[in-house]
Amino acid sequence: MLVVAGVVFLLLHLSPGDPAAILAGDNASSDDIDRIRATLGFDRPLLVQFGGWLLQLAQGDLGVSIFNKVPVTELIAQRLQPTLSLAACTMAFAICLAIPLGVLAAWKAGTWVDHAIMTFAVAAFSFPVFLIGYGLVHQFARVWKILPVQGFSPIEQGIGPFLSHLALPALTLGLVYTALLARMTRGTMLEVLSSDYIRTARSKGLAEGPILIRHALSNAAVPIVTTIGLGIALLIGGVVVTESVFAIPGLGRLTIEAVTQRDYPVIQGVILCASGVYVLINLAIDIAYVLLDPRIRY
Amino acid sequence: MSKTLTWRRLLLAGAMACAALLPAARPAEAQQKTLRAVVHADLKILDSVWTTAYITQRHSYLVYDTLFSMDETYTPRPQMVGEYKISDDKLTYTFTLRPGLTFHDGEKVRSADVIASLTRWSTRDPAGQKLNEFLSRLEAVDDTTFRIVLKEPYSLVLETLGKAGIPAFIQPERIARTPATEQITDPTGSGPFIMKKDEWRPGNRVVYVRNPAYIPRNEPPNFLSGGKVAKLDRVEWRYIPDNNTTLSALMAGEIDYFEAPPLDFIRLLKDNSDITVLNIDKLGVQGLIRMNSLHPPFNEFKARQALMNLIDQEQMMLAVAGDPSLFLKFCGAFFMCGSENETAIGSEPMRKHDMAQAKALFAEAGYKGEKIVVLYPTDRPQYAAATTVMVAAMRKAGLNVDMPAADWSTINARRARKDAPDKGGWNIFITTQGGSDAASPIGNVWFNSTCERANPGWACDPELMGLVDKWLRAPDPASRKARLEEIQARAYVSLPYIPFGQFFQPIAFRKNVTGVLAAGVPVYWNIDKK
Repeated sequence: MLVVAGVVFLLLHLSPGDPAAILAGDNASSDDIDRIRATLGFDRPLLVQFGGWLLQLAQGDLGVSIFNKVPVTELIAQRLQPTLSLAACTMAFAICLAIPLGVLAAWKAGTWVDHAIMTFAVAAFSFPVFLIGYGLVHQFARVWKILPVQGFSPIEQGIGPFLSHLALPALTLGLVYTALLARMTRGTMLEVLSSDYIRTARSKGLAEGPILIRHALSNAAVPIVTTIGLGIALLIGGVVVTESVFAIPGLGRLTIEAVTQRDYPVIQGVILCASGVYVLINLAIDIAYVLLDPRIRY
Repeated sequence: MSKTLTWRRLLLAGAMACAALLPAARPAEAQQKTLRAVVHADLKILDSVWTTAYITQRHSYLVYDTLFSMDETYTPRPQMVGEYKISDDKLTYTFTLRPGLTFHDGEKVRSADVIASLTRWSTRDPAGQKLNEFLSRLEAVDDTTFRIVLKEPYSLVLETLGKAGIPAFIQPERIARTPATEQITDPTGSGPFIMKKDEWRPGNRVVYVRNPAYIPRNEPPNFLSGGKVAKLDRVEWRYIPDNNTTLSALMAGEIDYFEAPPLDFIRLLKDNSDITVLNIDKLGVQGLIRMNSLHPPFNEFKARQALMNLIDQEQMMLAVAGDPSLFLKFCGAFFMCGSENETAIGSEPMRKHDMAQAKALFAEAGYKGEKIVVLYPTDRPQYAAATTVMVAAMRKAGLNVDMPAADWSTINARRARKDAPDKGGWNIFITTQGGSDAASPIGNVWFNSTCERANPGWACDPELMGLVDKWLRAPDPASRKARLEEIQARAYVSLPYIPFGQFFQPIAFRKNVTGVLAAGVPVYWNIDKK
């Protein structure tokens, strides 16, 4: 985390752009910009600034946004629920759709069912997220008027509005993820289905359902779980675009706005939190391996 | 039978659980009139003394009140002031506040609050700084009466107090005593709306509610003056960065008001029978080409005049605004066409845009093919379009143009650098300014030609500033007009910037929204929603 902190700090402060110039506004003079830079402490040597920030971090303080003077922890807390809700809905949608599709494609390998599923997967993976988003908004919100165009409704205000606001963003983001997961499931299942023990199970007269679910899928689970974990990185990247298209006030938008405004404390805070989440996800995946495959021991 | 019954019970229980999770209708909220407005930028700073950002100005008009406000003829009218007197020698202005003015925290507005607010504002605002040059003292007579005493007559005192751009917003003394170098974060004012800071979600939403204690003036609203009657219970500013999403939300009725729709959406919005498109600002926006006076070739007046000869305003405006109904075919006024300071004196070379003359002037300025660095903003479509047209004309004239592309944030930082263009500096960038700012020689910050103290580009023309000073001291409107013409004639020689056109940014709102005022800036009083 310390390495991440150092790299992030240096990258931000060495890249072009100046928050003082943005803060001062478009019609500000050079004096205004210099005054603001001095007020923010950006005229101090880089090492002094880095040291001050590390000291703050050690005390669990991520700092305060340069622009609106709100603590970074508070900003992240405000944005956590929309992003986690979107990520959870997307994951649920993708897993529920992708794994059955992948299993079905593997079971019916080489038939039109397999081709149809793989065509869908290639298309879903190839379309840009924003294009899918605008298309869905046009059809569901403007033509059929059955779902809202934008925004987020917290779960405290009712499960109905909460789900209706998340439906289109989760579908938009989930399609890409579904495509990735379905292809991985199909590939892994094909390998498992060609194994000797599956042939033995079939020759003993076992029904296809138990063969696919109990024998094949459970043995294909480890690579699928790995893909789910790795896919979270893809998901976080996609969240940035999806949150912008659907005006969801989540962490993705917070990051984009902070980057365009050069709000250093917010960018540093969000990236540090994201790297912490990655570490936790990897830990969860490692634990899941043990539960899914008793042969694995650490 | 029992199995069917069990399923039915389960379904019924599920439906009841879902119903319980849905929000109960709250009658009080249902009756509230809430305007859901998407604004042009995210509100980040609450202090209009600290930043020139337009979004902060919009916020300030909601929560603060002003001593004077402009009417549609740009005449200052009393707003918080009830009565005022000007002494015969025109050196003493005595003002009495209207009765019943209170801040959002319940405290009465006093002369001490006004003095503290004026003092803080005038340290940063260009018009306020000019007033300070003439000021002898600012004093409270009693709790509701205060006095401005001048060293010498200054005919723009009321215009300064009621200026349309960023006027002196009145804050409680405890807040206004904050040094101008520190940012104010307490939005307590005495305006028609109160900011709900507990509901503020930076990057997403700002909420204002009607100020029940606000006493509007009796006159009907007129531009920024008159009665500020808050007819809405609540104004919700939403920040949606994606314009396509905002357009869809407006068409679907999820929002009521779109403050700054991109100009290429206007035709689509006009064709929608549920939506009204309205230009609230007769002055609009001025596009300007800023040249760096510190480095060749634009340290020479002749090079600036040469560039002006290359500019075809109509072509520039077609690229920026597209629809001809959204811009003026030509405007030669530095201080905006349609303003009281409009004049065309000196603008003839720009109207002609003569390529041969441009080449000759560049040669006279000593230009020998050195690289000219023009900053190209990738995330400001209007600036990018204008830059592209300008650079095409420059290249056609044989200029050696380098056009580094960067986001606006990077350009903002780069343009503040005084280094040579080949060492991280620059020669030209394009920007815009609001018409109400540009309409006066003191409010127009890009016109300021005070060399090192001027905005990036550091325009330097002591003769021009001398003429501005004479204009400030003009005793009456007629002599002021004559001096303004001298100013513009000189400005077309030294060219602090090249005005490349004037265009209009309409707003769009749903038909059930009424009473939107053409006040030059988006204001929320008088707006009603059916």
